Amino acid sequence: MNGERDWRGLLFVGPFLFLYSVILVFPLFRGMWLSLHRVDLFGDGHFVGAGNYVRLAHDPIFSTSLMNTFKVTLMVVPVLTVLSLLLALALNNAGRGAALIRGIFFSSAVLSVTIVTLIWRFVLAPDAGLLGELWQAMGWEPLAFLSDPNLVLPSLAITTIWWSLGLPMLLFLAGLQQIPGDMYEAAALDNASRWGTFWRITVPALRRTIVLVIMLQTAAQLQIFGQAQLLTGGGPSGASRTAVLFLFETAFGRWELGYASAAAEILFLIILAVTLAQYFSTGRATGGQSGR
Amino acid sequence: MAANLTRGRLTPLGWAALILGALIMLAPLVWTVLLSLKANAELVGNSGAALHGPYTTGNYAAIFGNSSTMRWLLNSAVVALGTTAGVLVLASLAGYGFSRLEFPFRRTLFVIVLLGLAVPSQAIILPQHQLFAWLHLHNSYPGLILPGLIGPFGVFFMTTYMRGIPLELDEAAKLDGASRWTIFWKVILPLTIPAQSTLAVFTFLGSWNDYWWPLISATHSDMYTLTVGLAAAQMNYAQTSGLGFLMAQAVFASIPIFIVYIVFQRQIVSAMAGTAVR
Repeated sequence: MNGERDWRGLLFVGPFLFLYSVILVFPLFRGMWLSLHRVDLFGDGHFVGAGNYVRLAHDPIFSTSLMNTFKVTLMVVPVLTVLSLLLALALNNAGRGAALIRGIFFSSAVLSVTIVTLIWRFVLAPDAGLLGELWQAMGWEPLAFLSDPNLVLPSLAITTIWWSLGLPMLLFLAGLQQIPGDMYEAAALDNASRWGTFWRITVPALRRTIVLVIMLQTAAQLQIFGQAQLLTGGGPSGASRTAVLFLFETAFGRWELGYASAAAEILFLIILAVTLAQYFSTGRATGGQSGR
Repeated sequence: MAANLTRGRLTPLGWAALILGALIMLAPLVWTVLLSLKANAELVGNSGAALHGPYTTGNYAAIFGNSSTMRWLLNSAVVALGTTAGVLVLASLAGYGFSRLEFPFRRTLFVIVLLGLAVPSQAIILPQHQLFAWLHLHNSYPGLILPGLIGPFGVFFMTTYMRGIPLELDEAAKLDGASRWTIFWKVILPLTIPAQSTLAVFTFLGSWNDYWWPLISATHSDMYTLTVGLAAAQMNYAQTSGLGFLMAQAVFASIPIFIVYIVFQRQIVSAMAGTAVR
């Protein structure tokens, strides 16, 4: 920069760094400390070492909630990635009218989770929902989407896909617009088929965007909370309890702060692994590149 | 014809699929609007009534007579605007510091801030809740706003943007005897207006739609934001209002966000483009 080393520069970054240290860095370490203690609502509790983690490992409710989270993530991420890519490819070719259709597909993404669940509650409800009405009109027995243990996770996944489609679609559209047209012209001269062009030009050119979408969505779905809390409360009998819902119930329902902190640390590590996987698979971080 | 898959025309079949998809996307929204236009009594045990008239705007009129919904709207507006203003100020200052000034530990501090991008809010929510309880900040506007100010993204975004501004501008101003503050305020800041508006839109949307922190921090119903208020309303709608009124609340709560989206669509799309290309 301009060569002066001067503490006065700290005045500019100071306000942010102060809040950052108090509200993010301190809680991060405090959380690690809490996870090694048995703490409830009052008092500081006592040191239990890895006790909370051992208890988590033997807690079927926690392992079920982790499994549910993984299942929803596996249902959402591949479908979301493929659908949004197809959508972007179609919109990229649609010419006139594309902006309107793009707007429709993105519209759900600006809603909050409470509005999304409010809408889907009355799409999925067998007695008062849109799908219930549809099923009845077809003469079928309405399905209890949210109270059947086999249907509840797919229902949450569908709700999530409807909500989340817009963002990856925009990312892919932007990625597609970066592919130089002469690459396609070269392929056309080689008489490459549509599939050939798609696999040999489009997909490699979009590699970075594809990885970005998969990782962003995986990290987001591992933290899925509102859909389960609001639509099902984790039910029926825990079939849709997600890891963050478990954390929420343990912390703010039963006030087992140490135990909940241990669960939070586990979840943090899993999400961190996903973030690092993105870092290494694209060769640089989404953010870190200009940290030089 | 070979290049059709990514350049050129969409086939009729492709159009059909695209329009069908758009209709599926729209159906839940249309259903919600229809329900919101029905009298509550008509919908009891018969939501199919929403598919035909008579329709009424009575539920919307009821919202304006319902003090709690208006109160939540006010809370959401205060929190989202306060968070946006705070983020813009903090991120601009820090971005200027990190991008153009030389001070001890500058790189280390910047890396520490960037590492924060990898910390999900779930990992720190419990100690944050404790901290805010110690400071008696729950159920207050500062309590709802402060956690929204520490996102490292804004700092990263402004730093990157300001690095793109030529240093010659600073040098010239310095020759004229301008102080650091004057350079920041008079020279650099006016050039960052496009970045400021992008950051503002995303911060506003994120804050308006946040559910996780206000759910935990705002426990008195008069401090609920719209997201928490609507969550509470849908949990016990059967006992209280009614389906039509509930859906009218949902539509009402989405109107401000749709307005922001439509007005700032350009910023949103171009910011996405930046993320994808980076």
